[in-house]
Amino acid sequence: MQSTIYNFHDLTGSIDSTLHSWFGNTGTVIAEMVLVGIAFLTFYALLGLFLVYLERKVCAVIQNRYGPNRVGPMGLLQTVADLIKLLMKELISIKRSDKFLFNLAPFIVIIASFMAIAATPFAKGLQAVDLNIGVFYVMAVSSLGVVGILIAGWSSNSKYSLIGAMRSGAQIVSYELSVGLSLLAIVTFAGTMQLSGIVESQADGWWIFKGHIPAIVAFIIYLIASTAEINRGPFDLAEAESELTAGFHTEYSGIKFAFFFLAEYINMFIVAAIGATVFLGGWMPFHIGSWDAFNHVMDFIPSMVWFFLKAFFIIYIIMWFKWTFPRLRIDQLLTLEWKYLMPLSLINIIIIAFIVLMGWHF
Amino acid sequence: MNVAMFYLLSAIILIFSVLSVTTRKILRAAVYLLFVLIGTSGIYFQLNYEFLAAVQLTLYAGGIVVLIIFSILLTHHISHKFERPALFNLLGGIAVAAIGAGAVLYTVFDHQFVASTAPALDVNMTAIGEQLLGMDKNGYVLPFELISILLLAALISAVVVAKKGKETEEL
Repeated sequence: MQSTIYNFHDLTGSIDSTLHSWFGNTGTVIAEMVLVGIAFLTFYALLGLFLVYLERKVCAVIQNRYGPNRVGPMGLLQTVADLIKLLMKELISIKRSDKFLFNLAPFIVIIASFMAIAATPFAKGLQAVDLNIGVFYVMAVSSLGVVGILIAGWSSNSKYSLIGAMRSGAQIVSYELSVGLSLLAIVTFAGTMQLSGIVESQADGWWIFKGHIPAIVAFIIYLIASTAEINRGPFDLAEAESELTAGFHTEYSGIKFAFFFLAEYINMFIVAAIGATVFLGGWMPFHIGSWDAFNHVMDFIPSMVWFFLKAFFIIYIIMWFKWTFPRLRIDQLLTLEWKYLMPLSLINIIIIAFIVLMGWHF
Repeated sequence: MNVAMFYLLSAIILIFSVLSVTTRKILRAAVYLLFVLIGTSGIYFQLNYEFLAAVQLTLYAGGIVVLIIFSILLTHHISHKFERPALFNLLGGIAVAAIGAGAVLYTVFDHQFVASTAPALDVNMTAIGEQLLGMDKNGYVLPFELISILLLAALISAVVVAKKGKETEEL
């Protein structure tokens, strides 16, 4: 039944054996590292450009405007023009700032998101590293980004940046717990942390359908907490434009600002990709239990299309949040996490453990 | 390839450990410490022990260093530059470090390291989880529970210490 889905492992395997015949063992590892790096960098840049465009269009639709519509067809080249403008801007250096840390911070933020994207399964067999602790790895490397934000805030020698960084730090550290617990809910169902294993376990239905109400609760908690973790509205007090000019990246300009901006959008994609993989089946087509004919028809849609459809569905929800809800205050933000989301996800985990123990899930 | 990566990671760990104790700016010391911890987790990845590597990243790099930086940012003297230590302290420190390094190196070179002939175990999550919460001979459930109670006590006492009295807050 699964055989109709194209397995990208055939393609990557043939590239691997060709490289082996050309370069030998050590050369192959180096060549593959370079190739994967180039592929991810290209993907990263294109995705960043597209997400910025998408955000402006979604925002425009919600606010009854046209959005970018002058550069290129439907304004598609607007973000490319913006990028060229950003690249030509002067890199301003701040008086009495810590130059070394100031220049280091954007790299920490962008490397953290780059490492997280490496474990994302884009299609059947198309995944750079398939660690047996996949979910945990993504949580681990994405927790490094906050260090960059804190350093950026301090080294800018500006009060807006420092306040923004402190808020952002408090926010990310607390919401990380809820993200972790909601992912743990599905790990409990699937019985594995390997991302490919989690996808395979959804071959007879996605966990959001198979996991009864607790899985839906976990999904909603994940959406809220991960929106907060990537510093997006309505949790964007770290860079609240109206009070802090731009928060932790106020003093950055040119390409360094672009790094923060890009990392923010890629983090949104990572959050959506992990959410899609864990809750909505990743690249797994829409399957219903033992309806073999129906499942077979669904298999004709390529797995990559399924993955990106789901990821962009979650991205759309996150954007919808941002342009619909007003910004929270810092005390409301921490109350929401520590008094509501945390206890709720702990109770949810206990219920899920009970369901799994009794074998009530499908 | 593996050897080259090992030397690279070791060089990162050594250089940044030295930098983190010799720098005179407190926040930079924390950032250098972050690099040391990330380098260590890189070595765990080299050993194919991904679980420990991810634990290292989450707990130390993403948790403890963030807390350290956070508490540094909350203090008043973040831009404070440490004065150069007095010559006597400097020499004393170097001497103690040299003696410590000598003792460690002597033990390492004195010990015969025999490559293990036992078959490599597949360290998967199920095995780790069952070992950690196992109640049989090699299980760790008692230490695990003891540590949880200790941490809970520490957490509650931290809240009690940090909490101001109601009346002082309203004044």
